[in-house]
Amino acid sequence: MSSNVTPRGSEPKAHGREEGPLRAHCEVLGVKPSGSFWSLTLVAPAMAERARPGQFITLAVDVGGATLRRPFSIASVSQQGPRAGTLEIVFSGVGQGTHWLAGRSKHDVLDVVGPLGRGFPLPNRQVPALLVGGGYGAAPMLYLARTLVARGHRVDIVLGARTAEQIWNTVEAKRVASSATFTTDDGSLGTPGRVTDVLDDVAARAGTEVVYGCGPMPMLAGVSRWAAAMGLPSQMAVEEAMACGTGVCMTCVVPVRRKGERRNVRACVEGPVLNGARVDWDAVRSPAMAQRELDEEAG
Amino acid sequence: MTTSSARTPAPPAASTASGPSAAAEPDVDLSVDLGGVTLANPIVTASGTFGSGREIDQFFDVGRLGAVVAKSITREPRQGLPTPRMVETSGGMLNAIGLQNSGIEAWLAEDLPWLRERGIPAIVSLAGNTVDDFRVLAERLRDVEGILAVEANISCPNVEDRGMVFACRTDPTREAVRAVAGTLSVPVLAKLTPDVTDITAIAAAAREAGASGVSLINTLLGMAIDPETGRPRLGGVTGGLSGPAIKPVAVRAVHQVHQALPDLPIVGMGGVTTTTDVVEMIRAGASAVAVGTATFGNPMATLEVLEGLRAWLAERGIERVADLRGTVRLPG
Repeated sequence: MSSNVTPRGSEPKAHGREEGPLRAHCEVLGVKPSGSFWSLTLVAPAMAERARPGQFITLAVDVGGATLRRPFSIASVSQQGPRAGTLEIVFSGVGQGTHWLAGRSKHDVLDVVGPLGRGFPLPNRQVPALLVGGGYGAAPMLYLARTLVARGHRVDIVLGARTAEQIWNTVEAKRVASSATFTTDDGSLGTPGRVTDVLDDVAARAGTEVVYGCGPMPMLAGVSRWAAAMGLPSQMAVEEAMACGTGVCMTCVVPVRRKGERRNVRACVEGPVLNGARVDWDAVRSPAMAQRELDEEAG
Repeated sequence: MTTSSARTPAPPAASTASGPSAAAEPDVDLSVDLGGVTLANPIVTASGTFGSGREIDQFFDVGRLGAVVAKSITREPRQGLPTPRMVETSGGMLNAIGLQNSGIEAWLAEDLPWLRERGIPAIVSLAGNTVDDFRVLAERLRDVEGILAVEANISCPNVEDRGMVFACRTDPTREAVRAVAGTLSVPVLAKLTPDVTDITAIAAAAREAGASGVSLINTLLGMAIDPETGRPRLGGVTGGLSGPAIKPVAVRAVHQVHQALPDLPIVGMGGVTTTTDVVEMIRAGASAVAVGTATFGNPMATLEVLEGLRAWLAERGIERVADLRGTVRLPG
């Protein structure tokens, strides 16, 4: 492979391997609003084939002064039908980089690296699974839900956000899961409050044996603590500011306890999916955690 | 992970058997001398931006680079600073990692064997907070095979000097470099901070103490504050600025040191992202050029500038990259 001269819209079989991340220039199949978020679909057959729920891709964005890629959880992959070989991401469009992405058009070509990171481990037995998503963290949860349902699992979904507009794809959640429960801070949809307020009821009804989560770190902390208290295993897709996504920059670390010792592990390679019971949530210092503390100080 | 059997062989450096219509790529001698050792080409990695080498080897055969400079290692494992450790800034980023690493024993047991097995030229980066740290690390490496050169990252705080960075003053620079260069037979490169009044004086001190060359530049110390919360954006409060924003500072530092000490080998680094950035560094006086933060934005960045440099030289009929070194044309 002669590297930098990747033709437009094609994926190289990087390094001749069948697994691991690729870097490719991928054609945009479409960008469209999806509720209050954006959905972007890429033509990326080799990445779609390798991808697992919980993994992510990074995209180069052409915004003034930005030199780093933007990471996105994979929301879906299609390997059959008219959209075969495509991969979808969902994002807010609020930041400079995602605003630029929202402005892309069909046939534009994006510089993509992926699939990256450790996805959600799937249970060996067909146990009932509870999937909890915050905001657009719903997207990888629905990808996982479809995967688990296809494997014969009962899946129950809880999605939460500040307001109804910030919950992604309630329709798909209701369609794919045995039950879908929504919570909003302002009560504009579902149960007023946070996702942790409804977990006891849902788990009792569903006979939950395993818990998965994706969303802001404070939410993941709450869900992990609840799962630990219930004696349930939990797997959480964490988010932390990352520069490279490939394991070389050491910026996206999350404190994890192993054998009584605390270690900082890289969210991009050892994660983003981590055992919720092992993460030392009290030591996590992400901006979202700091914001939650500020909110609570302010009452 | 990767298997060597699945590896795509590197294309030949120069084609002599191409068809009549294909423009034969002229031979370009990319080899450079770095304080007594020869690199096959001048493109290396900046410490702390390339992991152990294995992470990026998923994307291409990193053995094609001139050398891999490993992440700085310390005597004991370090967990580093709390997050956030990174904030993107205009034209670059700030980082405050706190030298998280598994320590020298783990590096020798886990990372060096992989580099050796693959035949990848390895430059070890050593970091410490006392002169004794540097001496102990160097002694541990004395009889270790498979190390091409050592980089002494003396842009670390010296706890015996009220936390002032070794490379901010000449005497601590001499002491730290002597502790490494006096112990090892392989070339020692002193990695210097640009946050000084006269970097040529520090480079001269490093050379007096036995450094075979210098790595220019480490990150610049910077800071960013969230305007709403008033909190520093980095867990470590201040951090190192890297990326294209600092390239002119790096070119200036390389130029100044090369003018002052023309025969001192220099590894130029700081915001190098494109082929012409590499050319600029070499014209300023760099013997080799390290790509750092660019690898975060593009895992192929090192290989792309290597191939770009070969083509750039070939297009201009320059047969040896070494001939380009220090070819800045000053006025007057």
